[in-house]
Amino acid sequence: MAYPIVAAHGIHKHFGQLHVLKGVDLEVEERELVFVIGPSGSGKSTLLRCLNRLEEPSSGSITVAGIDMLSPRTDINHARQHIGMVFQSFNLYPHMTALGNVMLALRKVAGKSRSEAEDIAQAALERVGLADRAHHRPAELSGGQQQRVAIARAIALEPRVMLFDEPTSALDPELVGSVLAVMRSLRESGMTMIVVSHEMGFARAAADRVVFMDHGLIVEQGPPAQIFETPAHERTRAFIGQIRQH
Amino acid sequence: MNSWNRFVETFFNAKVMAKYLPDILYGTVVTIELAVLVVLAGLAAGLVLALVRSLAIRPLNWLIIFVVDLFRSLPPLVIIVLLYFGLPSAGWSPSSFVSTWLSLALVLMAFAEEIFWAGITSVAKGQWEAARSTGLSFGQTLIYVVLPQALRLTIAPLTNRTIAITKGTALGTVVALHEILGMASSAVSNSYNPSPLMMGAAAYIVLFLPVVVAARWIETRFAWKR
Repeated sequence: MAYPIVAAHGIHKHFGQLHVLKGVDLEVEERELVFVIGPSGSGKSTLLRCLNRLEEPSSGSITVAGIDMLSPRTDINHARQHIGMVFQSFNLYPHMTALGNVMLALRKVAGKSRSEAEDIAQAALERVGLADRAHHRPAELSGGQQQRVAIARAIALEPRVMLFDEPTSALDPELVGSVLAVMRSLRESGMTMIVVSHEMGFARAAADRVVFMDHGLIVEQGPPAQIFETPAHERTRAFIGQIRQH
Repeated sequence: MNSWNRFVETFFNAKVMAKYLPDILYGTVVTIELAVLVVLAGLAAGLVLALVRSLAIRPLNWLIIFVVDLFRSLPPLVIIVLLYFGLPSAGWSPSSFVSTWLSLALVLMAFAEEIFWAGITSVAKGQWEAARSTGLSFGQTLIYVVLPQALRLTIAPLTNRTIAITKGTALGTVVALHEILGMASSAVSNSYNPSPLMMGAAAYIVLFLPVVVAARWIETRFAWKR
């Protein structure tokens, strides 16, 4: 068994009285694509956001690419370079062009020169099929294009892991395909990915493992065929059934 | 002498105006100096306070909010008088220029802080998260991602407030500051003729009308589609 690139153990998260994560263990291998599904409020997004410490876990341990994410001695800004994140609402910087969005962290975090950063950013936009939109502002791009720029912004830093937090949920149905295509090509290039999403078709086709969460716990996990066709747990069955009806 | 002539003689007396023009010009220079210093100090201090407030250090924020609310509720005239007539008994005698400058700068600081702060908080949380997730530090996120967006939102209320407070330079007359209004009113008492006041009013218009027009331009220029 390969060394896990992401290892989260005993993750608890409280928001005041609310106990959102109740001791989650998740290990992800290098080049693995893990799909996290579950009803809203199950804690799947919170789990994802704990992995790069956008949310501070209440307790537990998280190691990503060998870095102890929760140690006070870890330079979190440096560590986050290794963990790309894509958000449901894209969160592109509206005052910058697509190229500027991708270049910012290359310049300020990775310390690249302007011309170097520009080359890398242009190449990243090329990978998501938007080389010709480099000088457009987010407002001039469709939702699907914005999300692809957001992916380019993350992969330009050459992360070891990519986290996707419902990347297609805010998109019109006809724009979902373009984003999934980019994710598929990332997958083919060997990127380790953890995806919170309801795109079951994509999960079935691309995921190595599907993790079903409910009420702050991982209920069951396994290969997509097993989770979707023969779920062991009653709650998983109910959830899969509900999703199918839509 | 008909009434028109008497009106001109009273309010636009050429002889009086010529005599006191240098005084009014001198006052104009003082007003400009004061206004520039008020704007620079007030906006800079307001921005610094808003940035410190974004660090979310609770006791510090209480202090900032207290100071800001204090200077937003005190009439600038009261602050000027307090500084000029009150501080000497505490061992520091600021000049009329310093008293007026400090008072107006503090008031502008207070309003500017609130406006900057409103701008900073109006930037979506997702902007912070996206920037931090790429490894940008808190400070870098503030400077490169949040402030540029916040400043655009603040530019219209900020220019209006800045103009309103900067016009308060005229309040300096109560502490015998030789700015436009002060020079004009002493000219009026020396000449027994209100013409210098008309010159003073004209000087204010010459000074502030371009600023008001510029503000209008800035507002439309930065009115901004997402």
